[in-house]
Amino acid sequence: MSRPYIPSIDMIGPASAGETWAIARLISRAEAGVPEVRSAMGEIYRRAGRAHVIGITGVPGSGKSTMVGKLVRKLRDQGQRVAVVAIDPSSPYSGGSILGDRIRMSDLVMDPHVFIRSMATRGAVGGMAHAALDVVDVLDIGGFDKIIIETVGVGQDEVEIAKSSHTTVVVSAPGLGDEIQAIKAGILEIADIHVVSKCDRSDANRTMTDLKMMLKDGVGQALTRGWVPPVLGTSSLNEEGFDDLVAAFDKHLTALDGPAGEARRAQISAFRLKKATETLMLERLRRDGAFDTYTPRVAARETDPYAAATAIADAFSRI
Amino acid sequence: MSAQIRVLLAKVGLDGHDRGVKVVARTLRDGGMDVVYTGLHRTPEEVVTAAVQEDVDILGVSLLSGVQMTVFPKIFALLKEKNVEDMIVVAGGVMPDEDVVELKKMGVAEVLLQDTPPQQIIDTLTGLVEARGAR
Ligand code: B12
Ligand SMILES: Nc1nc2c(ncn2[C@@H]2O[C@H](COP(=O)(O)OP(=O)(O)OP(=O)(O)O)[C@@H](O)[C@H]2O)c(=O)[nH]1
Ligand SMILES: [Mg+2]
Repeated sequence: MSRPYIPSIDMIGPASAGETWAIARLISRAEAGVPEVRSAMGEIYRRAGRAHVIGITGVPGSGKSTMVGKLVRKLRDQGQRVAVVAIDPSSPYSGGSILGDRIRMSDLVMDPHVFIRSMATRGAVGGMAHAALDVVDVLDIGGFDKIIIETVGVGQDEVEIAKSSHTTVVVSAPGLGDEIQAIKAGILEIADIHVVSKCDRSDANRTMTDLKMMLKDGVGQALTRGWVPPVLGTSSLNEEGFDDLVAAFDKHLTALDGPAGEARRAQISAFRLKKATETLMLERLRRDGAFDTYTPRVAARETDPYAAATAIADAFSRI
Repeated sequence: MSAQIRVLLAKVGLDGHDRGVKVVARTLRDGGMDVVYTGLHRTPEEVVTAAVQEDVDILGVSLLSGVQMTVFPKIFALLKEKNVEDMIVVAGGVMPDEDVVELKKMGVAEVLLQDTPPQQIIDTLTGLVEARGAR
């Protein structure tokens, strides 16, 4: 049952050859943030960059997972290898989670060219798990052409998904109370493509009209310069609208070929660097006990959070 | 960011009893674990494929339909075939004592039957992962 620990660096070979166990294990180590995996992740990052990364967000229950299931089928029909990273929220109380997105993608499981991975946000704000982008890199070297990230759209900081994917889809559903819940959540701006889901419902037309009106009124500024985000309708129930959606992916990918795409890629890289730096800095500060030193003094009001933070930051910049 | 325990909970075959597995899912979530639930009516092949992609520490199969003696041998054969022999397999639900003995011989790490208190489920699974060590 047990077996010797395989160093992460030795798993890059099998992962690149498409070995599921190696891809899956590298993802686990990246997610756990084990220090041993870091140099391997560096190598993986340098090799990655081929895949088209598509982010899908929208308020809870808007039909994202079901849509991803149908979408993957279409992409498979085109012969593309597809990976899905499905992110659900962690419980703020226990830190645990129930990850159920997979249930809606059940009929894809036996396809050897589809890989589905569930992740919990683990305290990350913005609907993205901390390690989601490392996971994307592993899948990228694993040979997947399209990588779809499904995130929880709760409207805190969804910009994260836009800064992490080449193409961002925002899903709005009819009949969830508000006309366009995405407005309330403040996530309309990040869309490269808008989708109104559940178009088999009679109230879908109205959602579609409302959304188009709102966009005409200037809500939302395309992240890709020169790109006008289309508004598409889909029904997962009747499997309608997915050809247009897949065509829109291709169009957006083409639009990313020029300078607009370079800007987008630069933005993603800047985001990665910032995230990596934050993670490492926090880790070192914790390890060096910076917080432990100052917390009691802040608590006793001998000093204040700003002065303490300044001292910590000053010490840091001297390293 | 330490390694949080990941568990996949599965129902295999025609067994439609899902109260127990849902109780266990919530119990483990409240115990701080990430729980992937794959829903009702899966085949052993689907369950093992999902467990390998999810790279869970523990594959937990809930069975109340009496088919444990055919399901678990298939699961172990599939895990071996997929080069994943370090996955911990546990069982739960309703099954006779003599089957429990056989299942453990087969490699099922633990069998937790009805009325197992929530904390005991959490502690048992945590213990199994700790005993296994880093992977
Ligand atoms: C409720 C129930 C039903 C409900 C199920 C509702 C639902 N959605 O779950 C209904 C009425 C639908 C039902 C139908 C049937 N049932 Co029924 N049902 C029961 C009953 C009374 C209780 C099961 C239950 O929910 N217990 C409560 C939960 C919380 O407990 P649990 O499931 O055991 O889970 C606990 C542990 O086992 C453990 N656990 C469970 N899974 C896992 C997994 C892991 C990984 C871990 C660590 C732990 C773990 O943790 C849980 C919490 O402590 C049992 C009798 C019994 N005493 O178990 C019969 C029973 C399971 N049913 C039985 C039968 C025969 C049927 C039917 C075939 C009857 C029929 N002829 O139609 C149908 C089949 C339906 C189907 N498609 O599968 C038999 C099964 C016999 C067997 N295995 O050989 C039983 C044992 C009754 C009996 N004594 O004959 N049933
Ligand atoms: N009528 C109709 N219902 C749908 C459609 N797509 C999904 N649903 C239903 O909408 C509900 C939510 O679907 P999911 O795919 O789980 O939605 P989600 O956005 O992934 O949900 P979370 O991951 O929980 O945020 C389910 O009950 C689906 O059956 C559709 O095209 N038409
Ligand atoms: Mg979902």
